[in-house]
Amino acid sequence: MTTQLLFAGFGGQGLLFAGKFLAYAGLIEGRQVSWLPSYGPEMRGGTANCSVILSDEPIGSPIVLAPDILIAMNLPSYRKFEPMVKPNGVLLVDSALIGEQSARQDISAYYIPATQLASDENMPGLANMILTGKLLSVSPLLKQETIPAAMAKTVPARKQALLEQNLRAIALGRAA
Amino acid sequence: MPEKVLMKGNEAIAEAAIRSGCRHYFGYPITPQTEIAAYMAKRMPKLEDGCFLQAESEIAAINMVIGASAAGKRAMTSSSSPGIALKSEGLSYLAGCDLPAVVVNIQRGGPGLGGIQPSQADYFQATKGGGHGDYHMAVLAPSGVQEMFDLTCLAFDIADRYRITSMVLSDGILGQMMEPVTFPEEETLNNAVPVEKSWALTGTHGLRPPNIVNSLLMDPLELERSVVERFARYGEIAARETRWEEMLTDDADIVIAAYGATARIAANALQAARAQGIKVGLLRPITLWPFPKAPLLELAQRAKAFVCVELSMGQMAEDVELAIRCQKPVLRCTRTGGVVPSPDEVLAKILEAAKG
Repeated sequence: MTTQLLFAGFGGQGLLFAGKFLAYAGLIEGRQVSWLPSYGPEMRGGTANCSVILSDEPIGSPIVLAPDILIAMNLPSYRKFEPMVKPNGVLLVDSALIGEQSARQDISAYYIPATQLASDENMPGLANMILTGKLLSVSPLLKQETIPAAMAKTVPARKQALLEQNLRAIALGRAA
Repeated sequence: MPEKVLMKGNEAIAEAAIRSGCRHYFGYPITPQTEIAAYMAKRMPKLEDGCFLQAESEIAAINMVIGASAAGKRAMTSSSSPGIALKSEGLSYLAGCDLPAVVVNIQRGGPGLGGIQPSQADYFQATKGGGHGDYHMAVLAPSGVQEMFDLTCLAFDIADRYRITSMVLSDGILGQMMEPVTFPEEETLNNAVPVEKSWALTGTHGLRPPNIVNSLLMDPLELERSVVERFARYGEIAARETRWEEMLTDDADIVIAAYGATARIAANALQAARAQGIKVGLLRPITLWPFPKAPLLELAQRAKAFVCVELSMGQMAEDVELAIRCQKPVLRCTRTGGVVPSPDEVLAKILEAAKG
């Protein structure tokens, strides 16, 4: 089984971090994983995205063209990638930033005002992990017990203070 | 079982160099290879004898490699396409001086300053010269982050063993992507059998005649002799170090030839074609110089056609045609300028080849 994920939005929203967290979680669960960021000028404020693949087979191309799961955090990315989500795929939208809704009947779409929730809960910059938390509640992608270990790997050693905040954001997203 | 670490391809190259005993790295920033320099900047100062130096230019960096290598040290520099063009004079001098070195090219689109997206358009530059004169580099082409590590270690070994420059030729996809990497348990993986560098400039201490490292030979016969001797070594490298990987080639009517990141995209297309009942295989050169000519020629006796997938206008395709002596058609599936083909584009080319 292979799951292809695409995280898309602006540079600075933590899309690469969220992707890295899922890649580490996959690694801990013994799966093949790849993580590929866009590295163009978009890192400096334009659209940025990150391809993550979790698979039980060796991974060929690391580029995700048709995601099973799309997390969209800005309108240009939503418009670009929503049509590419595979049938029966999952779409997660930060509805605080994206006013549109998908007309597609063949995918499961979830609209979470993640950026607003992050702001309300005094966890700025963690809308990415709120959306990731929602993903983990609607998809059987990962085991619950993997999450803290994967987060410990993803948060840099010198920033371990942020570990709890990130786990709290995931819990918040799960409940959203 | 050693722990698997998630790492960028660029970081894996830097870690491999350190574990291979490289303590002299000279660089200059350029996307998409800057993580190599950043990693070295972080790690080298913490190592005994570790030297990270950001040079004033790419040209300065390669000349520092010449100096460190002449002193018998394992030395490395890295850059991306336009930066490698600047280093080309130094590459030729390294060859002329018979100095071992490792040079990494994380390719981006060209020519000129081009763009920063992935490319394989420096194939000719890497395998046919780059610098002036009769010479070769050993060119290693990883196709995953683990291979970025493994082949960088091998690059140092080949460099020392044959007194040649090894180039790790990769691209922006592999440099930027993260995959799990396992490191060998022994930190000394390459130094188990250190190569004696009796030619190195280490100071005579009054005990031996001075060594001379030089590429200027004014006597044509002497210069010719040095080149011919070097080519005898190239022959040894071709005989011993040619590496490639084959996938499902046993019954293949169509053989894809692809290296690096494009080999991975081709592998997806191969599976899609097999699902349609098309007998397609993949030959992935791991060394681009020496090029795996013999296995390609052998496959040409059974296959109907070849498909070469490249991020260039078709550079390796010429070597495939030479290897198979143009006995079978070689179709090109090429994108350039930083554009990467989708597996569907490769599949379409396979279907075209299958129709004949």
